Amino acid sequence: MTSDVTLSDLSQPATRAGASAHASPTRSAADLAALIACPRCDAVFRMVEPANNQRAICNRCHHVLVAPRLRAGKRIIAVQLAILILLVAASAYPFLSISTKGLKHSSSILDAALAFTSDGALAALSFVLAGLIVFIPAARAILSIYVLAPLTLDRGPFRGAAFAFRLSEHLRPWSMAEIFAIGCAVALIKVADLATVSFGPAFWMFSLLVLLVVVQENLACRYSIWKALGA
Amino acid sequence: MKSARQMGLVACQYCTRVWPGGTRVCGHCGHHIASRDPMSLQKVWGLWTVGMMCYIPANIYPMLDTHTLVSDQKNTIVGGALELGQHGSWGIAIVILVASVLIPVGKFIVIAALAFGVTSGSRLKPHTRQVLHEVVEYVGRWSMIDVFVVAILSSLVQLGTIASIQPGRAALFFALSVFFTMLSAQAFDSRLIWDAEVPPPEDLRASDDFGPVSQITPDTTFDFPFSAGAETLTVAGPDDRRADPPFTDPQTRKDSPT
Ligand SMILES: [Zn+2]
Ligand SMILES: [Zn+2]
Repeated sequence: MTSDVTLSDLSQPATRAGASAHASPTRSAADLAALIACPRCDAVFRMVEPANNQRAICNRCHHVLVAPRLRAGKRIIAVQLAILILLVAASAYPFLSISTKGLKHSSSILDAALAFTSDGALAALSFVLAGLIVFIPAARAILSIYVLAPLTLDRGPFRGAAFAFRLSEHLRPWSMAEIFAIGCAVALIKVADLATVSFGPAFWMFSLLVLLVVVQENLACRYSIWKALGA
Repeated sequence: MKSARQMGLVACQYCTRVWPGGTRVCGHCGHHIASRDPMSLQKVWGLWTVGMMCYIPANIYPMLDTHTLVSDQKNTIVGGALELGQHGSWGIAIVILVASVLIPVGKFIVIAALAFGVTSGSRLKPHTRQVLHEVVEYVGRWSMIDVFVVAILSSLVQLGTIASIQPGRAALFFALSVFFTMLSAQAFDSRLIWDAEVPPPEDLRASDDFGPVSQITPDTTFDFPFSAGAETLTVAGPDDRRADPPFTDPQTRKDSPT
C-alpha cells in the first residue's frame, strides 16, 4: 500500500508552503494532462499531437500510441452500420448448403451456433458461440455508433458514452465474426468429399464482414476518441 | 526514458492519461487503474493452469462423431487431422494441426515463459518479449476456428442416414481452453517486462518536478490501407489535414456539457 502514502506525500509540502497550497495541485494537474503514458510499457512522454495519417509511436516498445485519421468518426460509423446490417441479414440466410444423393440441407449462422443443443453440457456452448459470432459484434457496432454519432455532429457526448466506449473496448477480443467466416471455408473443404457443398448468400456477407472488420480496426484510434469524449 | 511508476505516477492503460500515485479511478475515462497489479502473475498462472487442464480432455475426447452409411466413427482432434492426411488432403490436415495443436501448445509455452521472465529474469530482449505477448494476444482468438468448424459441420451435415455429424465433448473443453488462455494472456501486464530495465525509485514519492520527460515525436506518415510506415505514400495535402480533424476538440467546443 505504498501508493496511499504517495498521495499524502504529494499534498504535504504544499500545505506546509502555505500560500502556494492551492496553486500547486492545479499546476500539477495541468502538467499531467500534457503527458501520455504507453499502455504497454509505461513510458511517459510529453504529448505532441500528430496530424491525421501520422502516428505517434512509443520510443521504447514501438507500440502505436496515437494514429488519428481524417474524418475517422464518420468513417467508423459508416463501417459499423454496414457490419450491423450484414450481421442481421446474414443471420437470416443460409451460409452453406450441402447436397448428396438427392438430399439437401442448408444451415444458417444461428443453426451453427445452436448446433450443440443436443447435449446438456454442450448446450451452454451454443449460447456462447451465438454471442461470439453475432451478438458481441452487433453490440460493439451499436456501442461505437452510440459513442461516435454525437461527436461527429459536434455535439456533446451522450450520457454514459465513456462507459459504452470502455465496454466496447473490453468486448473487442471476444468479437469473432471474422474467425467464423474463415471457419466456414475450412468446413467447406472438410466435407467436400462427403457431399456437394455450395455457398449461400450469408457466406458472401460474412466474407465482406472480414474486410470491414480490418478496415474498422485500421480507423479506430483510442486516444483520439477518448480525447474527443473529454471529461 | 522514464516510466510512470518511476515518476510516482499511475498511468491509465485505456486512455493513456497519467495521474498522481495512488489514484484508483482514471478521472478521464473512469476505468479502474493501478500502477501495477500485485496479483497479475498469480492471475496469469491461475488461468493458465485451468486452460491447460481443459486442453487435456480436449485431446482425449472425440471432437466429431461422424455417421455415414458405411461407417460410424468418432475422431479426436489429432486423429481427425491424421485421417484427413491419409485420405490425401495433407494441406487441411496441416492447417488443423497448426490451429489446434501447434498454436495452443505454443501459447502455453509463451505465456509461461513471459511469466517466468518477470520473476526470474529473461535472456530475451524486452522488446522481443513484448512482441511475443502481442502475438499470443492476437493469435489466441484464432484457435476458436476449430470449435466453429465443428459447429458448422454438425449443423450442416444432417442428411439422415446417409451422413450426419454430431459434435463431441472435446469441443466444449477446447473452447474453454481457448477462453482461459485468452484471459491468461490478457491478465499479463506487459509493463512488468520493462520494469526490470528501470527499477522503481527507492521512495515512490511524487515530486512536483519530474525532471526532463522525453517528448513524443509523431514521425511516420502512413496511408490506408496496409501500408503502415511506407514512406513513398503521400499524405493528404496540408490544407486537407488541417481542415477536418477526426473529432472536434472538446477545448474549442463551448456548448459541451461537462
Ligand atoms: Zn511503450
Ligand atoms: Zn483512463
